[in-house]
Amino acid sequence: MRNVVIVGGGPAGIRAASVLVGAGLKPILVNETRQAGGQGYRAPAKSLALDIKSLMGSEAGKYQRLHSLFASLQEQIDYRPGTLVWGVHDKVLHTSCDGVAGTIPYDALILATGATDRTMPLPGWTLPGVFTLGGAQVILKDQGCLIGSRIVFLGSSPLLFLAALQYHKSGASIAAVVDTTPLSAKRAALRDLAASPRTLARGVMYRAALHMAGIAVIDGATPRGIDGKTHVEGVRITDGRGRERRISCNAVAYGYGLKPETQLAELAGARFQFDPDFRLWLPEMDADGRAGDNLYLAGDGSRIGGADAAEASGALAAHALLADMGLPHPASELEPLRREVERLRRFQRGLAKAFAWPVAQAAALPDETIACRCEAVTVGEIRAALHAPLGPREVNRVKAITRCGMGRCQGRFCGPALQEIVAEACGTPIADAGRLRMQAPVKPIPLHAAAEMEP
Amino acid sequence: MPNEPKQKVHQGQFVRAVSRQGATLRLTIDGEMVEAVEGDSLLAVLLLNGRAVRHLEFGGAPRAGFCLMGACQDCWIALGDGERVRACTTPAAHGMVIWTDLQKAQAHA
Repeated sequence: MRNVVIVGGGPAGIRAASVLVGAGLKPILVNETRQAGGQGYRAPAKSLALDIKSLMGSEAGKYQRLHSLFASLQEQIDYRPGTLVWGVHDKVLHTSCDGVAGTIPYDALILATGATDRTMPLPGWTLPGVFTLGGAQVILKDQGCLIGSRIVFLGSSPLLFLAALQYHKSGASIAAVVDTTPLSAKRAALRDLAASPRTLARGVMYRAALHMAGIAVIDGATPRGIDGKTHVEGVRITDGRGRERRISCNAVAYGYGLKPETQLAELAGARFQFDPDFRLWLPEMDADGRAGDNLYLAGDGSRIGGADAAEASGALAAHALLADMGLPHPASELEPLRREVERLRRFQRGLAKAFAWPVAQAAALPDETIACRCEAVTVGEIRAALHAPLGPREVNRVKAITRCGMGRCQGRFCGPALQEIVAEACGTPIADAGRLRMQAPVKPIPLHAAAEMEP
Repeated sequence: MPNEPKQKVHQGQFVRAVSRQGATLRLTIDGEMVEAVEGDSLLAVLLLNGRAVRHLEFGGAPRAGFCLMGACQDCWIALGDGERVRACTTPAAHGMVIWTDLQKAQAHA
């Protein structure tokens, strides 16, 4: 029996597992969180009196189906919750579970590692009280907590309106929803967005519901900074009409959409290509998720597509794996799945254009702004390194000189901004600024975990 | 830090929006006793009771985590036994000793 391992217990990982189980395999499903479901369909702890139906709204049925599917698979898979994969080498996963080191050798690997928030540095963004938009949703679902008692939702993505609405339903006081995208950009992207009319309609409805609730929505704003000495006291913006405004609050949910978590894919051998729409380096793969020798990618961890695309791409990756192993697989089911994934990812491409990543904000950041949260490296230090005689013009050299991207998060949160800052300061196209290379451990581990026994 | 546990509750960053049923846990944060409910993460306990999760190695600025889902690593804290853990993915347990300041933790080790 060959060892088939899936990393990630969200929609993509669960659907991949169900296809493999259907073919008679018993895959190992490794999940960093304790509860399956991923971030979007995260299940609240049993002790929490959370009304998940109300919180999930129109997606409550899908949420329920995914968790039922997972429950039905439990006996037929080797489920390993609370297990962090921090390295991949020579077809072995290196893991840490409750601080105990382990290894999992594999013959074939499906990575369904999901996404995290894409953020841009901003003066004051390291103050206590500033959290990612996705994080604000997670802490509500996972812990039943709101990030503050008076909150500004700031950034640009459909999640901005969804999260604000979920917070409103949970009794939060929302000071304002500040969208950095001008309405004109959204109109221009309508053709791509029409690829998924249902999702588009949901987005419009969220916004209407916020208006109905009397919550201020500000369009086309430019964030100037987050004020406060030891914690958040307010947000400074220039609104769409050019007026300077200060909004008092004690918490900020901040984000510019999502980006794939590709660290393990890189360590497992995936190659990367620059994507000009997302302005990100994304792993190369075929339509079914083949990304290398016995390596398959699925879900938001490979391309942002949302939960439905994640499920379909998880099934595709599992079918590809079965086909490559010479096992029977239903070829007739693949074409509709491929069409579904392609359609939903085209919609996300539209979103990437509609909810623009703030390139101009990167160029305009004051020198004293912290770019790298982990190592407290400022934008000015990065620019100074670039402008030094024989200064670098590539992000990995900048990392070596300034330590930007070298800290605990391994460049997850400063990496995309670093690319923009380097490209702008050097006057080169963004693709020429390069891509931060990943190294194990992709997340901090106790030293003793790196000295684990050989499998 | 003054010993006023009751007042500290009102200075929390987080607001509990959904009630939680479970055993009451008692922990200390920087030497002060706080109560938590079984199932709470260390991050939730820290931010329901205060505004900081840790203090930066470079200059001591307060930090309170950022991504809240195990990716940014901004919420690593020190426990009384010298172990360091990520607050957002570590469940609270009765009798835990938490330090938001590594130097204070070392002074009490």
